[in-house]
Amino acid sequence: MARLILEHVVKAFGEHRALDDVSLEVEDGELIAILGPSGCGKTTLLRQVAGFDTLDAGRILIGDAVMSSTSEHVPPERRRIGIVFQSYALWPHMTVAENVAYGLTVAGVREPERSRRVDAALELVDLGGFAQRRPAQLSGGQRQRVALARCLVTEPSLVLLDEPLANLDVHLRAAMENEFARFHARTGTTMVYITHDQREAMALADRIAVMDRGRVLQVATPSTLYREPADATVAAFIGGGMVVPVSVSEIHGQQCTAEVFGHRVPMRCAAGQRTGQAQACLRADHLRIVGDGAPGVRAVVERAIYQGGHFRLDAHVAQARDVRLHLAAPEPFEVPADGALNLDVTEGWVIPAAA
Amino acid sequence: MAQRSGEQIEERALLWALVLAAMLLSLLPLLRLLLEAVAPGGTLSGRAFESVLRNPATWTATGHSIVTAFGGTLLATVIGVAVGLVVALTDVRARSAYVFLFVLPLLLAPQVVALAWLQLFGPSSTLLKMIGMAPALGSRNPLYSPTGIVLLLGVQYAPLVFLTLRAGLRTLPNELVEAALAGGARPFTVLRTIVLPLMTPPLVAGIALCFVSCLGNFGIPAFLGIPGGYLVLPTLIYQRLAGLGPSVLSDVAVLSMLIGVIAVTGLALQDVMLGRRDFRIVTTSTTPRTWHLRRWRLPVEIALWSLSVLVLVVPLAALLLTSLVPAIGVALTAASATLDNYRFVLFEHAAARRAFRNSFGLSIAAALLIAALAVPLAYFMVWRRTRLLRWLNLIAELPYALPGVVLAIAAILLFLKPLPVIGVTIYNTVWIILFGYLARFLVLGLRPVVSGYHQLDRTLEEAAQIAGARLLRRLRTVILPLVAPAAAAGALLIFLTAFNELTISALLWSSGSETLGVTVFSFQQGGDTPYAAALAMLTVVVSVSLMLATMLVAGRLPRGVLPWRD
Repeated sequence: MARLILEHVVKAFGEHRALDDVSLEVEDGELIAILGPSGCGKTTLLRQVAGFDTLDAGRILIGDAVMSSTSEHVPPERRRIGIVFQSYALWPHMTVAENVAYGLTVAGVREPERSRRVDAALELVDLGGFAQRRPAQLSGGQRQRVALARCLVTEPSLVLLDEPLANLDVHLRAAMENEFARFHARTGTTMVYITHDQREAMALADRIAVMDRGRVLQVATPSTLYREPADATVAAFIGGGMVVPVSVSEIHGQQCTAEVFGHRVPMRCAAGQRTGQAQACLRADHLRIVGDGAPGVRAVVERAIYQGGHFRLDAHVAQARDVRLHLAAPEPFEVPADGALNLDVTEGWVIPAAA
Repeated sequence: MAQRSGEQIEERALLWALVLAAMLLSLLPLLRLLLEAVAPGGTLSGRAFESVLRNPATWTATGHSIVTAFGGTLLATVIGVAVGLVVALTDVRARSAYVFLFVLPLLLAPQVVALAWLQLFGPSSTLLKMIGMAPALGSRNPLYSPTGIVLLLGVQYAPLVFLTLRAGLRTLPNELVEAALAGGARPFTVLRTIVLPLMTPPLVAGIALCFVSCLGNFGIPAFLGIPGGYLVLPTLIYQRLAGLGPSVLSDVAVLSMLIGVIAVTGLALQDVMLGRRDFRIVTTSTTPRTWHLRRWRLPVEIALWSLSVLVLVVPLAALLLTSLVPAIGVALTAASATLDNYRFVLFEHAAARRAFRNSFGLSIAAALLIAALAVPLAYFMVWRRTRLLRWLNLIAELPYALPGVVLAIAAILLFLKPLPVIGVTIYNTVWIILFGYLARFLVLGLRPVVSGYHQLDRTLEEAAQIAGARLLRRLRTVILPLVAPAAAAGALLIFLTAFNELTISALLWSSGSETLGVTVFSFQQGGDTPYAAALAMLTVVVSVSLMLATMLVAGRLPRGVLPWRD
């Protein structure tokens, strides 16, 4: 068990800064998800923590020991961490038991202790009867579990999971998600879970670090991330948030009134929010279609997509074509001839101004 | 890096050992040769250059070399392109068997092919005698001529053009062809306007390779040119060295550099030809399209098989018949047929028995040593992207790309004097031949392993690294088992090539270190054609059996490393 600390880590490939001043603290026993679109730097981050690459600036510590800095680089084979690779990386020329036993053999663990621990690890992932199979004879989910057993048998202080579910089909993913959650609860190992799937990250992680273009934008619990995004990029990325310009007034602690295209809405805000122009994050379920006479925001529907039981409406604000909105309209629903709707906004979150 | 860990020191040590080995095999001989040409015998002088370049024999042989190399390349290109297009693009049947047969001449030694063809023509041809078509005694074998040399070079190296073209055609996206067809083009128009233009890079590469191989070939001009006094550069070097010994080393060093210059010019022309246009294929689908020949299928198949029967099966049959006659000129009948020649070369002739032992030993040693070197070498080149080694990879191509005589002369220059420090001389021993084989065939073993690494997922190694395994353990327990099939394929190619090798050993052999190639050559030069034929037949049997045996395990090998596998 160990903390993982990244301090101002920079990694550049030529002109491109794959990691741009990344700082992150992962608590002992925490499961943190690194979430971001492909190319955001999350794989580079994993390779840095594993020690496959050297860094250009900053420090990486596991526990109290410096693993990477500009003057020191502990090679991966001595970092005592575990990785579950996206491709599983099971050695095809070894049996399941040999795959799992490898790290123990390297560490000098002898029989019968070695076999006992291999069996225990395989039992833990429900693969007790598969010890003598070859990886090629296993299904995708079984291979994933072998990879997990192989990674955990040496009881590493830190486990990195690189998009571990990306190669599985949808219903297997849910099952493996449960497996990971159960596993984390039981072993209490510090885990860093790399993914581009926010649903997966929300379901599993204690906290999520959102990355974009080599930077960490926000580190927070899934709920905070959803309810109180720190900037417009996170707001738009997580849960399909809509970012609209607002004018903030009447601040009372963390409550305020925000004017959205002339429509006054009570909103949540951060402590220390100032009045004036700002941006707010709205969610689809904060928008409600109301009658033409009622106070609201005029919007024009561009497209209605039937999604079974309801329509998803893509629209833009009548006064500002570039402010896009979307919401769900229950069946039956008929788009008005002119496409115009009157929308009430029930709540929102005022995005704090960049520090 | 302020501080080095044990892991890093271990990796550095291995890396530098590999760099040293690669330099010793690839760079050192060529540098030594260069030194000899500028400073013959150790003193800076243009004397060797002058005497060689003033000698008219040099220019005659250069002319012959260029003529036969161009002729051979032209013929090989025509055959290789025709066969390549048909085999790769159409629905001819029994493709695997045909590819095996067509590529065979490349893996049998040139001198075996030459010897076989010689048995097909001329007054003493056993085959022609049996069917009563032998020309009158005393008439010349028509193959003892430049035309004969060109013909055999063409047959020998057509598979080179074929192989590079086929490899290129495999990456030709179907949709490019379909787009042209949808545009209303007829098949031959598609071939002319789409397929062949896109195949320019592999074709040019194949042709360049073919030219260099023709230029450096020793076996064919030695068997067909020397009797008629038609010398090319490699045979001129051989005659000089065989006649006058190491005293002419500086002269032959210049000659071998001359041949090296011609070869490099040929290779450089390749870049010039490719430099002008963009041949990059941007689409991704690579399923090759199969053209249906319909009613033309049978005629095309007959033409293909006739070609191979004519250029390979019939000459080999003639060779077999000659190996069964009691003496040259004796007609072969059921009564006169004998296995005495085989018994003689296998059990009675001391040099031939030594040659078996030497050739087997040298080929196995070269194959195993190179495989053992190639696995870590390619690891650093492909996965660690070590810049120094990637550069050395180009250098490693040189001893193979340059004609074999160049390397042989370089080896003589390197080892004529006792080795420094230990004071042992390997000149005139079997070890100098082993050095020659290691240097020349390194790239044969390296290429399949490099492509093997490219086809492997590197996370397999990273997983072992994360598990705590150091480099040497990872190499042994994870990497070696994974690239072993590719290394085995490379080792096999080396074995087959070295087993029949003549060019290097013809210049480096001495009494006691004869190879099979040298012994066949000596028998033939001494007029003992039936012995030569018997020995050559034995090498054919060994080579073909090995190639056939690998077909059984071919499924486990990375794609594209065994040339004779479709």
